[in-house]
Amino acid sequence: MDLATLLHDLLFDYTLRTVALGTAVIGIVSGALGCFALLRKQSLLGDTISHAALPGVVIAFLLTRSRAPLGLLLGAMLTGWLATILVLAIIRYSRLKEDSALGIALSVFFGTGIVLLTFTQRLSDARQAGLDRFLFGQAAALLEGEVILMVVVGVLTLATVLLFWKEFKLISFDPDFAASLGLPVRALEIVLTTQLVIAVVIGLQAVGVILMSAMVLAPAAAARQWTNRLGLMAVTAAFFGASSGVMGTLISATRPGLSTGPVIVLVVSLVALVSFLLAPNRGLVWNWVRHQRNRRQLRTDQVLADLYQLGQQHGNPHHAHSIQVLRTMNAHQGGVEHTLKVLEREGLTQHRGDGHWALTAVGLQAAQQLLAAAEASHSPSEYATHNSQYAIQKTNHDSTTN
Amino acid sequence: MNTQANALSVTDLTVAYKDKPVLWDIDLEVPTGNLMAIVGPNGAGKTTLIKAILGLVKPAAGQVSIYGRAYREQRKLVGYVPQRGSVDWDFPTDVQDVVMMGRYGELGWFKRPGKREKAMAYDALEKVGMTAYHGRQISQLSGGQQQRVFLARALAQDAHIYFMDEPFQGVDATTEKAIVTLLQALRAAGKTVIAVHHDLQTVPEYFDWVTLLNVRRIASGPVAEVFTEENLRKTYGGRVAFLAANGNR
Repeated sequence: MDLATLLHDLLFDYTLRTVALGTAVIGIVSGALGCFALLRKQSLLGDTISHAALPGVVIAFLLTRSRAPLGLLLGAMLTGWLATILVLAIIRYSRLKEDSALGIALSVFFGTGIVLLTFTQRLSDARQAGLDRFLFGQAAALLEGEVILMVVVGVLTLATVLLFWKEFKLISFDPDFAASLGLPVRALEIVLTTQLVIAVVIGLQAVGVILMSAMVLAPAAAARQWTNRLGLMAVTAAFFGASSGVMGTLISATRPGLSTGPVIVLVVSLVALVSFLLAPNRGLVWNWVRHQRNRRQLRTDQVLADLYQLGQQHGNPHHAHSIQVLRTMNAHQGGVEHTLKVLEREGLTQHRGDGHWALTAVGLQAAQQLLAAAEASHSPSEYATHNSQYAIQKTNHDSTTN
Repeated sequence: MNTQANALSVTDLTVAYKDKPVLWDIDLEVPTGNLMAIVGPNGAGKTTLIKAILGLVKPAAGQVSIYGRAYREQRKLVGYVPQRGSVDWDFPTDVQDVVMMGRYGELGWFKRPGKREKAMAYDALEKVGMTAYHGRQISQLSGGQQQRVFLARALAQDAHIYFMDEPFQGVDATTEKAIVTLLQALRAAGKTVIAVHHDLQTVPEYFDWVTLLNVRRIASGPVAEVFTEENLRKTYGGRVAFLAANGNR
């Protein structure tokens, strides 16, 4: 299928349109709520909630003997919630830490869910068929009614977040200060966590309990890389989530056998990966480039200083020295020859043949300036680091404490 | 407001973590307009004392009153500066936004901070010499700047009594001076400041009241009266190397 057909189908094919709308809503809601989970260091909570939703789905089916989405989602919410409460109770009343508590709740609830699911599948009741799609999700089977439900619930969730925006921001940043202002921090946390539970639950049918936490985490983590404002981060995460949802849906529509949920998760993971690598300021690639630039600077400074010191020993600043000596002085870290050549190009060093190098007049001046700057910073052992801020602080301190 | 009443009065305050007493039967009276330091060794319960007064830690027993009335009713008179290290400074927000958080209590539900709040935040930043940083990402601040932002947030609360948890912790000399100037300005304006403090050397210089704490209250009162070698020995268990230096004052 080519792109034009895909886009055409996206607009006019009923099934594809429904599924794409559904996965977009999931992406928006879980992306926005995921930001708070990420910033409150509750990334794993989403995983526990989604796994814990499974027994709720099966129990709701067993009670109602129907696969009506509302009932199943309410069941999922209930056990997702109970798991959250269990986690909080374990943290408060036992010596276990949060990670252990999350792990325990996840395995207990998910284990129960699997037991119930396999039990139900043995029932003669034919209506149970399809319950197992909650494991890995089956976006292609989304019905219009289900998507409408998701939209309504999603809008309510986002409206709640907007309504309590500044309170949610404050309890995420500094809960103690929020409490000192008289805000009901515990109650707000419950409301916020409930929104997270809802965000997870509406995605279960399409993405499944196992992969849903990726929809909470990945867009938020990716968005954090691109912006330094909470509002923009939430919008970006929602955008990443929604576009991953639609992209994943389209990709899985190109050929049979591509399961929509997992493809969406792959797309959103790719978005996160690209963000980790390439985002300006926070991206790993830029960090690496900056780091290399600093190292190179340090290395050239070091070699200049070494040549200068060697020259001092000979009483002739332009005395040529074997590259081997410089290598030894640099603890065989390598790159000395390259550094010398770089310096030569800048006119600071001169190759006198046979691996012997010397400072030029310009190089001598540069080395002297370098050492003078280091002298001023009181840190002779770090003469190549230009740590001037430290120097200022230190002198201030000396003059105030006598 | 009853100015006759003590700014802070604490009676029988006791806090326990799982049966282990952290604070035992603390009584405090702090008259209005004083700068008071809380000093004591690590684990003495200094931070817990502030948190218990502010209701952030649930006490096992005891009463707290601010200007003669229960803390709950007087919350708007109270400003709080938590330990700088208690939050994640990589949170996606800027300096002005953090300072405006000091207004959230007054602002009430569902309302967004507007022009008025921005102006108040700017004023507060001016008092700590940080206006140039108002749009700066908080992750790009130095330790001393972070501390000043937290102070500005408390100033934006426009409180009468301030609780500060180690305001001098790990700040550079410039910031230390700025904070001292600020404390003096607050005192001149009739405010009361209660601060957890670590540097015993500077207690007589920066503060006029002091509480010596080690799970129990060892002493509390004007620095000149209670900041004695004997009380310090009781508080720190005789391991106070600096005392000779302090005696020279």
